Amino acid sequence: MDQFASRRNIIAGIFILAALALIIRLFYIQVIDSSYKLSAENNSQRVEILYPARGLIFDRNGKLLVFNQPSYDLMIAPYELRQFDSVEFCSILRIDLKRLREGIARVRIPRYRREPFIKQISPETYAILQEKLYKYPGFYVRSRTLRRYSKEMAAHLFGYVGEVDEKLIEKEKAYVMGDYIGISGIEGYYENMLKGEKGQEVLLVDVHGRVKGPYQDGRFDKDAVVGKDLVCTIDADLQEYGETLMKNYRGSVVAIEPSTGEILSLISAPSYNPSLLVGRSRTGNYTRLRQDTLLKPLYNRALMANYPPGSTFKPIQALIGLQEGVISEGSSFSCNMGFYARGVSVGCHDHKSPLTLLHGIEQSCNAYFCNVYKRIIENPKYSRPDEAYNVWRDYVLSFGIGQKLSSDFTNELRGFIAPVSYYDKYYGSNHWNALTTISLAIGQGEILVTPLQMANWTAAIANRGYYVTPHVVKSIEGMDTIDHKFTQKHFIEIDTANFRLVVAGMDMAVNGGPGRTAGIAQLQNIRVCGKTGTAQNPHGTDHSVFIAFAPKDNPKIAISVYVEHGEWGASYAAPIASLMIEKYLTDSIAPNRKWVEARILNGNLLYSK
Amino acid sequence: MIDRLNITEEIDWTTVGLYLLLVVFGWMNIFASSYNEQFTSIFNIRQNYGDQLLWILVSMVMIVVLFAVDHRFFHYFAYVIYGFSILLLLSVLAFGVTINNSQSWIRIFGFGFQPSEFVKIATALAIARYLSGYNIKLWTWKSMGIVILLIGLPVGLIALQPDWGTALVFSCFILLMYREGMPGWILALTLFVTMLFLMTMLISGTSVIIVLIIIAIAGFGLISRKLKYALVAAAVIGITFYIMHKLFPVMHFEPNNYYELIAALVLSSLIFLVVSAIKKIKNVLILLLLLYGFIGFTYSVDYVFHEILKPHQQTRVNILLGKETDIRDVGYNLNQSKIAIGSGGFFGKGYLQGTQTKLDFVPEQSTDFIFCTVGEEWGFFGSALAIILYLGLLIRIVYIAERQRSQFARIYGYGVASILFFHFAINIAMTIGLFPVIGIPLPYFSYGGSSMLAFTLLLFVLVRLDSVRKKYIK
Repeated sequence: MDQFASRRNIIAGIFILAALALIIRLFYIQVIDSSYKLSAENNSQRVEILYPARGLIFDRNGKLLVFNQPSYDLMIAPYELRQFDSVEFCSILRIDLKRLREGIARVRIPRYRREPFIKQISPETYAILQEKLYKYPGFYVRSRTLRRYSKEMAAHLFGYVGEVDEKLIEKEKAYVMGDYIGISGIEGYYENMLKGEKGQEVLLVDVHGRVKGPYQDGRFDKDAVVGKDLVCTIDADLQEYGETLMKNYRGSVVAIEPSTGEILSLISAPSYNPSLLVGRSRTGNYTRLRQDTLLKPLYNRALMANYPPGSTFKPIQALIGLQEGVISEGSSFSCNMGFYARGVSVGCHDHKSPLTLLHGIEQSCNAYFCNVYKRIIENPKYSRPDEAYNVWRDYVLSFGIGQKLSSDFTNELRGFIAPVSYYDKYYGSNHWNALTTISLAIGQGEILVTPLQMANWTAAIANRGYYVTPHVVKSIEGMDTIDHKFTQKHFIEIDTANFRLVVAGMDMAVNGGPGRTAGIAQLQNIRVCGKTGTAQNPHGTDHSVFIAFAPKDNPKIAISVYVEHGEWGASYAAPIASLMIEKYLTDSIAPNRKWVEARILNGNLLYSK
Repeated sequence: MIDRLNITEEIDWTTVGLYLLLVVFGWMNIFASSYNEQFTSIFNIRQNYGDQLLWILVSMVMIVVLFAVDHRFFHYFAYVIYGFSILLLLSVLAFGVTINNSQSWIRIFGFGFQPSEFVKIATALAIARYLSGYNIKLWTWKSMGIVILLIGLPVGLIALQPDWGTALVFSCFILLMYREGMPGWILALTLFVTMLFLMTMLISGTSVIIVLIIIAIAGFGLISRKLKYALVAAAVIGITFYIMHKLFPVMHFEPNNYYELIAALVLSSLIFLVVSAIKKIKNVLILLLLLYGFIGFTYSVDYVFHEILKPHQQTRVNILLGKETDIRDVGYNLNQSKIAIGSGGFFGKGYLQGTQTKLDFVPEQSTDFIFCTVGEEWGFFGSALAIILYLGLLIRIVYIAERQRSQFARIYGYGVASILFFHFAINIAMTIGLFPVIGIPLPYFSYGGSSMLAFTLLLFVLVRLDSVRKKYIK
């Protein structure tokens, strides 16, 4: 025993005193003071969440494209439910008694939470219900906003808004059940700008659910902050016109302003009416759209379709050849209905032979570009074909092909350019060469691109050597600039002089003499440069492809058009591209070209194979 | 080296019994607080109560493990355990997960775990080890310095997380230090100043002064051992206050209870001094000086708070004290918590019949505010029962500590009592508005794996040490 042992009594005394203090206080608040019982009965506070309206979306010319409409959710607080006239209630809401009973039974668990009973009742129903709501304790209305579109277009571009699900809440802690979130397109990528900030209102409520006023004079209330408005780079008229042109076709149109990388229109056809994915009918409509496996309206071809570029790839081939020094402007190759070498043959159409570079582009000679590709891969500068192939591949990648462009779309795909390892696996290392991979010469084989990438490299050619990452938002309310990555120039390591040559060839393809491949794209006062493509399709009719930009000097628009099963580049893609260019640069279609427009509008390849 | 002991004889079954009662009662309340008709299986570990059941089982396994470990382990490895726990705290700061604005969690094998819960045990062990050393007297500069260092290191690291509630827990070791020789006046002063500080922050200045005056008069009555003097003094102050109250409006002063009371006090002090000088009554001057000293203290706390601190600092202090906060936060919790407990009445609403503690009304209701469920569903009867169970456990721990022959075991025992007492008293006090909401769990009740396991280990290390008390003298 030590000298301080008696202190145990003091310590025990402290314990006892503290416990006694707690017990006395508990006795006071639990047994003597009745105010807490009243508070509990009155249930005191209810926090009402105030939902902000999402930001608006304007087109590049300030036209309002996406805005909001009011919507009302009928909420139920099972704990506050009292007897009510269910027949009248059902007739207001136009539901049957069975549904009411089921609805109440469903939300009884857990009893103390307020839950939506019927989501998004119509404004008309709300108007009638609002006056009589006092008769139905336990029911109240929560107002939200839903998206509305001024034009039924650009569904893929805008994306849509949906309710968050449990999986998402686990990932994104900022969201709670019942919140809306942008799911794809602009709505998805710019969710943080558009969503705004929720507010709250704390109300004093009695046991019958009646609001008695703000809690503590609204000390804890917070206004909702409306989301930021966006100006997108889309030209609404051009987008609408393009969608009209494409309505009977499967494929895609992407138009870009070359100097800025701004996407002027982005069309994936067939599309759907964006209003279908708004509000209560969203889930049903979404399922219906998803089940359409023939037209695949939900599939955003502009960003996700992996197409072979076909002959539209030839300008790039020419640029690489020129830069590597294996050809020059004067190089000419002969073509006898195709390219033949050691068991390999690539057919070509009937044209004059031999051709020089500019005519090779003008007339899209397959043999010419097979020779160019062969020279690139067999360049004596490199010891082995795979080394040369890697050099070639790096050039191609620098055009933004075979990789995500990291535009402001979340669901962009990367396309495909086979790496060396891919061929090594098939043929064995050093067992393949230019001839084994000759399809690449004409944009076939192990090369797949998205329409967005095609438009982007067209912009790079139009700019004579650089591109700006394509993007769809021009400015955001309250922000001085958009993301830095959308203003940066990506330079391609190819001399401007070489670009000038290739541009001259593309000019001739549209505006050249006999044998030109895209004469149909020629416009009266605007010099269009373009390149057709006929992408081989082993499953049916070939695809019609066209890339173009205009005017030749100081280009304002670069465009890629892909029409599935359209056969020749000149048959569908080139006319559509030329109409889009004409519409954008002159606002109208010249009378002497109305027949082109009519031919496209009257054609229909929706169900062709 | 494992000594075979006759387990049934040597284990303190009273402690084990109290522990089991608390754990079972606690779990029943967690079940009630998260109960809804959708999930009825108690083994559903996605629900709080299922998860907690799992941790209770883990705790039971740990108890068995404790008894398999050589009892000398805790003495020999006290510093190692302490060092390891400091390392854990450092790693929390480096790789911890942030929950509720505090980086206090580590994820190991998918389980979140809070090292700060275990550091309390390690600190108690380290202090016990140090103070039980040969010829160590607590009340010397050197050993006080070392003990303060042993406590200060984890406190500092936990404050960095920042988790002020848990950091404050370590102040409980003042009880242990008192038992081991710290002068009693330090304990008394600490308790008094803490109370005064809280009173200044939480209630009006006038009430604080009234309380101080009452204490002074009561103290005077005790020291002079004359009830008559105390009553006269009280009457004098009462009368002067009444005069001041009437006088202020006449003199065109703003009516203000605080200043009226101060004026009354000054006037009556003069009367007291004169009377005591004539009648030769002792201690009046000293008592008055103390009284004015403490009033000065409350005034300067108030002044520093309102005049020197910037508004955002004030808010921070207020949040810590649970006074002014967002409705979703502490202030709201406290209000709802009081309503829930208060609505319980004498016998409560019945098990699983609580309305306030269900889902919406009391946030954190299965962790820091678990006592709300006790209060609401079991009423005053159940709440008092829980408090008596805790008190029983605490007194039993003191009893066990005092019967140890090993100094190490005894000091550790006081460490256990101090920690449990702090958690128990402060947690319940904060749910009923007697103490600021500092967010610490109620041992064996609050939902949370780390705290369940840590409090079990804390207690059963002592039970383990106690089980061999007859065999060894250290």
